[in-house]
Amino acid sequence: MVMTSILILAGLGLAVAVVLGIASKVFYVEEDPKVEAVLEALPGANCGGCGYAGCEGYAIAVVNIPTIAANLCVAGGKDVAAAVGQLTGKAVTESDPLISFRRCDKISGKVQKRYSYQGMPSCAAAATLAQGSDVCAFSCLGFGDCVVTCPFDALYIQDNIVRVRENLCTGCGKCTQACPRNILELIPRRARVAIRCSTQDKLRAVMDVCEAGCIQCSKCIKTCPANAISFVNNRITIDQKMCLAYGPDCDMACVSACPRKILRNLREKDCLLNKMSELKDAKPETKEEVKTENKATENNTEVKTEKPAEKVEKKEEVTA
Amino acid sequence: MSIFELFISAIFVNNIVLSQNLGNCPYVGCSKEKGVALGMGGAVIFVIIMATVFTWLTQKYILVPLNVTYLQTLVFILIIASLVQFVEMFLKKAVPPLYSALGIFLPLITTNCAVMGATLVVQREKYDLLTGALYSCASGVGFLLALLLMAGIRERLETLRVPKAMAGTPISLVMAGIMALAFMAFKGMI
Repeated sequence: MVMTSILILAGLGLAVAVVLGIASKVFYVEEDPKVEAVLEALPGANCGGCGYAGCEGYAIAVVNIPTIAANLCVAGGKDVAAAVGQLTGKAVTESDPLISFRRCDKISGKVQKRYSYQGMPSCAAAATLAQGSDVCAFSCLGFGDCVVTCPFDALYIQDNIVRVRENLCTGCGKCTQACPRNILELIPRRARVAIRCSTQDKLRAVMDVCEAGCIQCSKCIKTCPANAISFVNNRITIDQKMCLAYGPDCDMACVSACPRKILRNLREKDCLLNKMSELKDAKPETKEEVKTENKATENNTEVKTEKPAEKVEKKEEVTA
Repeated sequence: MSIFELFISAIFVNNIVLSQNLGNCPYVGCSKEKGVALGMGGAVIFVIIMATVFTWLTQKYILVPLNVTYLQTLVFILIIASLVQFVEMFLKKAVPPLYSALGIFLPLITTNCAVMGATLVVQREKYDLLTGALYSCASGVGFLLALLLMAGIRERLETLRVPKAMAGTPISLVMAGIMALAFMAFKGMI
């Protein structure tokens, strides 16, 4: 009985193996081995930052279509672009690594609530109910639609406002699509100036609701020697390409011109953007942090959300 | 039992996932989006029918004449696994669009217990080839139905804040349990 079982199973196995072997020859499909190699070089997060449905879509396109550049993968950055370029034989022009930047500072602006929102905890839902619960109709809603979307875990909500983990953000731009208020914006990592407000209102309407809002006084537009600042869709916007092309000769004229400190110098040492990576895993001591933040704004300095002692702790956590 | 009754019973009363508790892995794993659920369900229907036909033929013309029906489980696993492999190769060559639609799901089905379970039930109930194929088709439809319902609920769930400890698979299993209870209501039908 043991022998018959072994024989029958061996026979069946052999028969199936032969059939599969023949089938693999008959149904052989020639595949470009390059596609697989490129796919392996890509990060595999399927974030869609390149404009294709996923890493595979981009791999197929970049191998087969000669006009498609090798540096479209924003998540992978320079190294991946170089690897893809080598595999496909395309010249790699360096692309600026991007980072997501929040255009709202409702905490230092002390934006009040109009009503207590009790509905579905999603920004998209909250934004549809009478323009959201904040008095400012352009503020960060803080329910974290972007946090859920981020494939790299680079965003988190703290004090009811979204924050970016600078070290994890790859600049894929998924969050910019998820935000119903277009508060998150992609800026080059080496950008010098960025705008912390996304309001479309003017003057009094802004002053009434937010202490750190753009009142659209146009001073920065007049000051900028590169003409890089303008209104796009009623929002003050910096053309980062023009700004970077002009170089640092202007000495941040726009930053000093802004009466509301909405334009932020990102090169400053205690700049929030530089500190964001240290904010990782911040403790839930919300009230104290808000207080320190408010003090900081009163002194017209950059927002400090951390006590020095905590900062050291957190740095260790990050490196660990 | 008429064919129609068999069909209805396999979809609702003896639903392969919710009543027989087979194929729970893809039920939880592939039910996050409706599109994925449809793809997986379609692939299962396709494979389950093929598998039933082939295992039925194997049982009738190899296992029974040689008097080795005790090898049933082992042989069926072998048949189903290689069948899925074969189908994958065939689709890749012959119907590339279908392959890219089902492609990622086919390997998952290789060791799917829903497929295995349906083929074994066909043997246990001693269905003939046509009835067996119909039964397995209905089982696949039942699987698709369960998967789609689950995906619908989970898409709604995405917008809600589930407690951290319950988020993901735990809440899905709780939902699966509640859905199974709901499907118990069909029991008196046939």
